[in-house]
Amino acid sequence: MTGQTGAGAEIVLRLDGITKRFGALTANDAISLTLRRGEVVALLGENGAGKTTLMNILFGHYVADEGGISVFGAPLPPGDPSAALRAGIGMVHQHFTLAEQMTVLENIILGTESLLAPRSATATARARILGLGRDFGLEVDPDATITALSVGERQRVEILKALYRDAHILILDEPTAVLTPRETEALFGTLKRLVAGGLSIIFISHKLHEVKAAAGRVVVLRGGRLAGERIAAEATEAELAELMVGSAVPVLEIEPASPGPVLLALDNVSARASRGSQRLVDASLALHAGEITGVAGVSGNGQSVLAGVIEGMVAPDAGRLVVADVPVEAWSPEIALRQGIGRIPEDRHATGMIADMSVTENVVSERYREPRFSRRGLMDWSAARRFAASLIAAYEVKCPSPDMRVRLLSGGNMQKLILGRALDGAPRIILANQPTRGLDVGAVAYVQARLLDARRRGAAILLISEDLDEVLSMADRVVVMSQGRLSRPVARGALSTAEIGAMMAGRNMGATPTGEMVHAA
Amino acid sequence: MRLEPRTDATLATTLAYPAAAFVLTLLVAAFLALIAGANPFAVLFQVLKGAAGSQFALLETLTRATPLIFTGLSIAVAFRAKLWNIGAEAQLYAGAVATVLLGTGLLPLPAPLLIPLLMLAAVLGGALLLLGPAALKIRLGVDEVVTTLLLNFVILLVVSYLLEGPLKDPMGMGWPQSKRVIADAQLPRLIQGKRLHFGFVLALASAVAVWLIMTRTTLGYAMRAVGANPQAARFSGIPVNRVLVWTALLAGGLAGLAGFSEVAGLKGNLTLDLSSNYGMSGIVVAMLAMLHPLGVVVSAVFVAGVFVGADAMSRAAGVPSYIADVMVATALLTMVTAIMLSRHRVRWR
Repeated sequence: MTGQTGAGAEIVLRLDGITKRFGALTANDAISLTLRRGEVVALLGENGAGKTTLMNILFGHYVADEGGISVFGAPLPPGDPSAALRAGIGMVHQHFTLAEQMTVLENIILGTESLLAPRSATATARARILGLGRDFGLEVDPDATITALSVGERQRVEILKALYRDAHILILDEPTAVLTPRETEALFGTLKRLVAGGLSIIFISHKLHEVKAAAGRVVVLRGGRLAGERIAAEATEAELAELMVGSAVPVLEIEPASPGPVLLALDNVSARASRGSQRLVDASLALHAGEITGVAGVSGNGQSVLAGVIEGMVAPDAGRLVVADVPVEAWSPEIALRQGIGRIPEDRHATGMIADMSVTENVVSERYREPRFSRRGLMDWSAARRFAASLIAAYEVKCPSPDMRVRLLSGGNMQKLILGRALDGAPRIILANQPTRGLDVGAVAYVQARLLDARRRGAAILLISEDLDEVLSMADRVVVMSQGRLSRPVARGALSTAEIGAMMAGRNMGATPTGEMVHAA
Repeated sequence: MRLEPRTDATLATTLAYPAAAFVLTLLVAAFLALIAGANPFAVLFQVLKGAAGSQFALLETLTRATPLIFTGLSIAVAFRAKLWNIGAEAQLYAGAVATVLLGTGLLPLPAPLLIPLLMLAAVLGGALLLLGPAALKIRLGVDEVVTTLLLNFVILLVVSYLLEGPLKDPMGMGWPQSKRVIADAQLPRLIQGKRLHFGFVLALASAVAVWLIMTRTTLGYAMRAVGANPQAARFSGIPVNRVLVWTALLAGGLAGLAGFSEVAGLKGNLTLDLSSNYGMSGIVVAMLAMLHPLGVVVSAVFVAGVFVGADAMSRAAGVPSYIADVMVATALLTMVTAIMLSRHRVRWR
């Protein structure tokens, strides 16, 4: 049934010229899309391409600035999530929304019955769930508690939840990200049966081979725009990769690197995130002085763990860290700082800054015990305030006073403060994890320029970014991360963006992901 | 309904909401007085008069506020670092037990030596009692709300055992009470013949000391950072676990001082009714003060005043003094709501 494009079939969903702007950022730019009965359309794109924004508009979480949506020919009122549900749209999120202590049955009927109903009709519900499970290959024990289920089974419950509510249009957000290959196979089987049963499916993904296997049509988004549309069976992976990542990479004016000695090395490091399923597997990496090493990859492939290890937040399970030729014994954020690692964390709100404290209190958080800010346990707040004022001036932070609460700063200004804090004291090693995420163009350029300054003075920099253009334009060497493994480093310009795109999708990673360091000339 | 942070909070809104909360509290109290068949204005007037209408009333209010300042500070310190200590009552008794153990004749020292020593013992008693739950939280992730709350009952039973056994006063006519502390262990009265004692001065000094610790020291800074965002604090290299241990010691110690102050300043001995639920009321005091150490003094006096005033009113107007509980509870609910509303804007969609 895959590949059935349903060319003549009824159009069930039509998005017409959807545009959504967030301040200066245009997340969706005049995107139009149609979905016919009985077809699977894949929505392909990098992180930040606008897939999630588009689906949030469809679901009424955001209101589009321009454009309209119609479902089964009837216009969908904007900004009303319950209208989307009533119209028969069901969504399976990447992160499941299940009540873990309740049973499958309870989760599925949750919210479908009136609170005032004397008792819930569990018998009919159970029969229906079992029926749906048989019909579509979604067998789950209705009386099992969610905690007892595997990830694949939980996803089946999510799909059953949507089907139970009579969804005719099913949206799956990165459904395979958490699945094993066998579970993925089973999911694809289910999708085939669902479209055969008359459903229509939007399948959001960035994995090229899966898109080709599961979808009839592929719609590619890049930078908020529609980059192209292909029949899955006729398109090559290379073609799709190029559509996804684009081919024109803006070139920054960067003088060639003059790499120095290795300042930080990871030797076969394995680690696991304390929460979540991300892993770092047997990773080896060497950061040279005066060089930027870029990590490209689709988010969720272990970058957070890699960053966590360098930040000191995650202790390696195996392997070792070597700082300037000295293997480290214990590892913590405190020690990482003492070793001269400047860190720009991925999430400025959760990890980078303490939103309810002042700018002053935030910028001294990494060094408040140093003699310049405290003596014998007493804080020298006037020195701290002077330091904050100097960072505000040096990093062009728009902020009226060092006493202002950080919560009231914009994302770009917050990031500049973090940058100032991280680069203060000229750290010899710098971790920049998503340093420009969510920033406007001006702030992006500013952050990048400061990182290049640090490279010029001889810092070893690891740049992790979801923005492939950023990695390819800034990094001297690039490693690709996929499913917790690092590829061999390649020199900038040695591979085309399409080749790197394919590696990001888990292809052509090379047989020796942990192999010896190949230094790019 | 959604809440959005206000960026344009003016002085007027910051003051208007708490003022409205106060008026609402009075209205609820007046309504209850009406139900009880009394004149609401007379009842409120009697509460005010009973709390602050005479020298006696005022001194009584301050006497009652003394342990509340200590427990309020204890809670304010712990909650600021998001250590949810619900066991100030138990730590108060631990401090009292330490005072009685050493102060009833075991250490025959002059007052200038003995009193600081007893204070230290009381601090240690309370501090060590909170150290256990804090260590369990850090090492094993045990919820400190549960452990500290349940320790209250355990400690009351231990005190009950001590008062029936090892610490029982042989001259006590069989009552479950300890011997009285020796004269050198007693805190002086502030005014001859009145109940207000030196413990009140210690409480005020503690409030200032805690305020200085929270605002001027590296420890206070680290405690606030850990409370405001533990993950960011850890990322910044702040030793989160060590900070939590110090928080536990400080918070437990302050509650222990409440026990010392009640024994050495007011009661003279340890009984099972040493505390009129000061540990739990400390939570109310700290929340009303928005965890500000100096605000704790004000809110402790307010809460104490309501209780003392309601007792007096009850005798004069015949309305049950339970109205005090309702007033304090209403004040807490309305004040917390008011503070939230003064910082956020409500959006109906």
